[in-house]
Amino acid sequence: MEKTLIKTVHLCKDYDNDGVITKVLHQVDLEIKSGEFVAIMGPSGSGKSTLMHILGFLERLSCGQYFFDGQDSSKLTDDELAVIRNEKVGFIFQSFNLLPKTSVYDNVRLPLLYDDKKRIKNHNDAIKEAIMAVGLYHRIGNLSNQLSGGEKQRVAIARALVTRPEVIFADEPTGNLDSKSGKLVMEILQDLNEKGKTIVLVTHEKYTAEHARRIIKVVDGSISDDFEVKQRLLAKEENDLIK
Amino acid sequence: MDWKSTIRIAYIGLKTKKSRTFMTMLGIIIGIASVIIIISVGSGAQSLILNQVKSMGSNLIGVMPGASEEAGPPPSAMGIVETSLKGADMDSLLENNNVPNAVAVTYENRGVGTLQWRENKYDGTFIGTTASYPEVHDFEVGRGRFFNKDEEKDLARVVVLGADVAQELFGNNDPLNQNIKIKKEEFRVVGVIVKRGTVTFQNQDSLVFIPSSTCQKIMLGIDYVSLGRVKIDVEENTKQAVEDIKRVLRERHSLDKDEPDDFSVRAQTQAIEIFSSITDSLTYFLAAIAAISLLVGGIGIMNIMLVAVVERTREVGLRKALGAKNRNILSQFLAESVVVTLSGGVVGVIFGVIFSFLVSVVARQLGYEWDFVISYVAIFLSCAISILIGLVFGVYPARKAAKLNPIEALRYE
Repeated sequence: MEKTLIKTVHLCKDYDNDGVITKVLHQVDLEIKSGEFVAIMGPSGSGKSTLMHILGFLERLSCGQYFFDGQDSSKLTDDELAVIRNEKVGFIFQSFNLLPKTSVYDNVRLPLLYDDKKRIKNHNDAIKEAIMAVGLYHRIGNLSNQLSGGEKQRVAIARALVTRPEVIFADEPTGNLDSKSGKLVMEILQDLNEKGKTIVLVTHEKYTAEHARRIIKVVDGSISDDFEVKQRLLAKEENDLIK
Repeated sequence: MDWKSTIRIAYIGLKTKKSRTFMTMLGIIIGIASVIIIISVGSGAQSLILNQVKSMGSNLIGVMPGASEEAGPPPSAMGIVETSLKGADMDSLLENNNVPNAVAVTYENRGVGTLQWRENKYDGTFIGTTASYPEVHDFEVGRGRFFNKDEEKDLARVVVLGADVAQELFGNNDPLNQNIKIKKEEFRVVGVIVKRGTVTFQNQDSLVFIPSSTCQKIMLGIDYVSLGRVKIDVEENTKQAVEDIKRVLRERHSLDKDEPDDFSVRAQTQAIEIFSSITDSLTYFLAAIAAISLLVGGIGIMNIMLVAVVERTREVGLRKALGAKNRNILSQFLAESVVVTLSGGVVGVIFGVIFSFLVSVVARQLGYEWDFVISYVAIFLSCAISILIGLVFGVYPARKAAKLNPIEALRYE
C-alpha cells in the first residue's frame, strides 16, 4: 500500500480584497497517495489552480489543515515553505516561465541554486540526467528563446525533475501547446508516473485530464467528484499514431 | 546559494540589459572619476604651491611688523601699514650672538615705479634691501655684482636688475654701469641677476634691488621695514630661533611681560603647514561637491533597480516557486546593484587616473612643477564607496523584490 503523500482536512481559502471576502475553496477534503497521477479538473474560476497552489506551498490556506508526507504545513515559516518547494515539489506552468536568453542547462539548473543542503550531490549530472529524460540533450546549450513551445515546456519539466521531487504539479501544461507538442508532454508525464513519480495535473480540458489515472472535479470551490479513470488515454499510443 | 552563484546570476541579469546597465553605471563612473580627478589635481596643485613656498628655502624665518594671531595673516597681508619694525631691529639679531642659529639677516621695503633707460620704460617693483639679500635667498648675481654694505651705508644710488627688467630696458645693450631712472632718481646698474623664475608666486626676474637705506630715505621717505628674513643654520632649529628672535625684539621694543608682541615671527615651515591645510581643505571640499554626483548616481541606480524589480516580477515569482528564500532574492538584487556600482567605480577610477595623468602632463608642458599624485586611499575609498552606494540604494528595491508573494509575482503581466 502506497503512503499518503497529500492530505487536506476541511481546507478553505478566502481572499480579502479591500475588505471584500471572496471564498475560493471551502471544506476541501482530499487524499493523494504517492505514485498517483491525479488530474484536478474544473471550469475557469472553480478554484482548481488555487487548490494546486496551496498543495504546492505557493499559497497559504485560510483554514483547515494540509498534511504533506504526514507533516502539517499550516505552521511552517516562509523559509521552511521555500525549502519544501525546492526539495519536495516540482512545478510545470502553462506559460513555461523559463528565464529569457538563458541556456537550457542554466534554466534546468535554477532550482539547484537554492539547494542549500546540497541534497543533490552532483549538480552537473543531475541537470544532464533531467534534460536527457525529456529528450532535449541535443539542445542543452541552446538559449530558451531559440526553442519551440513544446521544447520550452520539456525544459520546464526537466527543471521540475532536477531536484528529484516527490510530486510534480503541472498547471495546464499543454494549454499553450499545439496538440502534437501537448501529447509529447503528456507522454513524458505519464512516463514519469510509470517510474513512480506522483503527478498532480490541473486542467480544464476533459481530454487532457483523461491521461491521468484519477480525476478530481472542482466546482465552485468544492470537490464535486473524485473517480478513477476507467479507460485512461495513453499519450505514447497517440503519438505512435501521429508518427 | 553561494556568493559565486549570486554574482553570476547578477552578471547574467545585467548582461541581458547591456545598454541600460551602462547608462546606470555612467552616474557612478562620472562621480568616482570626478572625485579621483579632484583629489589628484588638488594634490598636484598643492605640490605646485608647496614647491613654490619651499623654493624660498625651509630654513627661513619671516619677521613682520605688527601683531597677529599664530595661524592668522600678519597685518601687512591685510594692507595695514605697521611701522614697528626697524632695520636696526633686524641687524641686532646677528649681534652679540643674540640668535645663535641665525646665519644671515635681511629686510626689505617695496615700492613700484617706472624704470627708464633712454626711451625704454618698464613699470616694475623695486626692493630696498640689504647686501645680504642674495645670501639669505640663496641666489647669485649673474653679471656684475650685488651692492655691498658700504654702498648700503652711504645711501648709494646703485641698482641690481632682474633678468627680465634688464632685457626689457636694455635689449642687447650691456646694462652694467649704465644709469637708469627709477621714478625720477638716477641709479647706476651694478649687476644683473641670473634668471630665477617664479618664487612664492612672484616673478623674481621682474624685480630690481636697491640699498635699503636709499629706498627708505630717498624713494619712500620712511624709517621702518615691511619685512625681515632670518636665515638659520638648519630647519630643525626653527623653534629655538623663533623664540630667540621674539625675545630679542621684545627687549628692543621694551615690551612688558603682559604686553603683546608688536611684530609677527613666522617660520617658513609654518607657512608650508598653513598652505597644506588650506589646499587640503579646498581639495576635500571640492571632492565633497563631486561626491554629490555619486548621490545622484545612487538615486539613478535605485530607480533602475525598481524598474528591474517590476520588469522581473515573474522571474522573482518563479525563483520563489523553485525554492528561493526571501534572502536569496534580496541578495540577488543587492548583488546586481553592487556589481553595477563597483564596476562603475572601477571604470571611474581608471578614467580619473588617466585624466589626472593628462592634467599633470599638460601642466608640466606649461612649465609648472606639477606632481602626478594618485592616492591609493582615494582609490580604495572610491571602490568602498561604490559598494556602499550599491548596498544603500539597492536595498530598497531588493527588499521590495524579496517581499513579493510568489503566486502574485507569477501571475504578474
